[in-house]
Amino acid sequence: MTPPQRQRRFPRAAPSPKPAEPARKKEGGGNPERLYVVAGPDGERADLDLVTLIVAGSPDPPPSATPEQAALLRLCAAPLSVAELSAYLSLPFGVVTVLLTDMLAAELVQARFPIVREALPDRSLLEAVMHGLQRL
Amino acid sequence: MDFKGSETIPGPRAEDQLPQTAQAAVKIVIVGGFGVGKTTMVGSVSEIKPLTTEETMTQAGVGVDDNFGSASKTATTVAMDFGRIKITDQLVLYLFGTPGQERFWFLWNGLFEGALGAVVLVDTRRLEVSFDVMGRLEERGVPFVVAVNSFPDAPRYPIADLRSALDLSERVPILECDVRRRASSRDVLMTLMRFLHSLAMTGSLT
Repeated sequence: MTPPQRQRRFPRAAPSPKPAEPARKKEGGGNPERLYVVAGPDGERADLDLVTLIVAGSPDPPPSATPEQAALLRLCAAPLSVAELSAYLSLPFGVVTVLLTDMLAAELVQARFPIVREALPDRSLLEAVMHGLQRL
Repeated sequence: MDFKGSETIPGPRAEDQLPQTAQAAVKIVIVGGFGVGKTTMVGSVSEIKPLTTEETMTQAGVGVDDNFGSASKTATTVAMDFGRIKITDQLVLYLFGTPGQERFWFLWNGLFEGALGAVVLVDTRRLEVSFDVMGRLEERGVPFVVAVNSFPDAPRYPIADLRSALDLSERVPILECDVRRRASSRDVLMTLMRFLHSLAMTGSLT
């Protein structure tokens, strides 16, 4: 018995790796070069990944905070990914990113950006992940 | 949604909170057809109870996938399960189980583009459903390994036959697994990490 044969849609060729996004700094907060993530004109959303970690500046919401903002602030007293915020609040990912865009602009929360795959993966990062998996 | 009773809003259990030192996250995507075991795999290795993030098709689907036409005019909710593993006090790994259809992939910003790599989970009873996924990952330059979830009544093929059928080079790891077992799911992830490491060593993504 032989398995069904896959037909490639295109002949096999060396895929040209897309240039990686510029490496994002691991450090959070206060870096001027990252200001672009804050809302642009006309309600543009911040560039938030599913695994961008969000941390509240202070877990106590300011009096001006909306109920949604207060809930988000309470949840991310400790770092929490946007995906987790979406899950715990039962809100679509897109809605959470809109809420967070405002909160980043108001400096109620900070974003810690994920490490994204680069053209050449960072070996020490991969080794750290392997080490972590071995402990499971 | 009523946010007034904020005490009732669920959040991570105290023992599930990440330390303040958590600086960055990485992600791995587990992709495969319906019922192939993505959610089971996420659940078996995750340190937290798997969570679900949702997105509605109307927001991101419009203008991205023209073929989706009529369906994108109604708000379709698409759910994606995910889990988490704390790697160090600074680094967190997230695992996302996502449907194989590419139209879902655009809903979540950078789901694949930022991922370290992917696991293509296949069921030998329905091998064909994974063909398209592999082609799309290749086109996007996302490195992946193939994990064959061993269902008891599924046909067993030698790995070499599978490699030939899937038209994959010798370099791409193919392994059998039982995603209900944590150790087996972890081995799949370790295989992916070793593969990525070998790519880093040779300075090639292919």
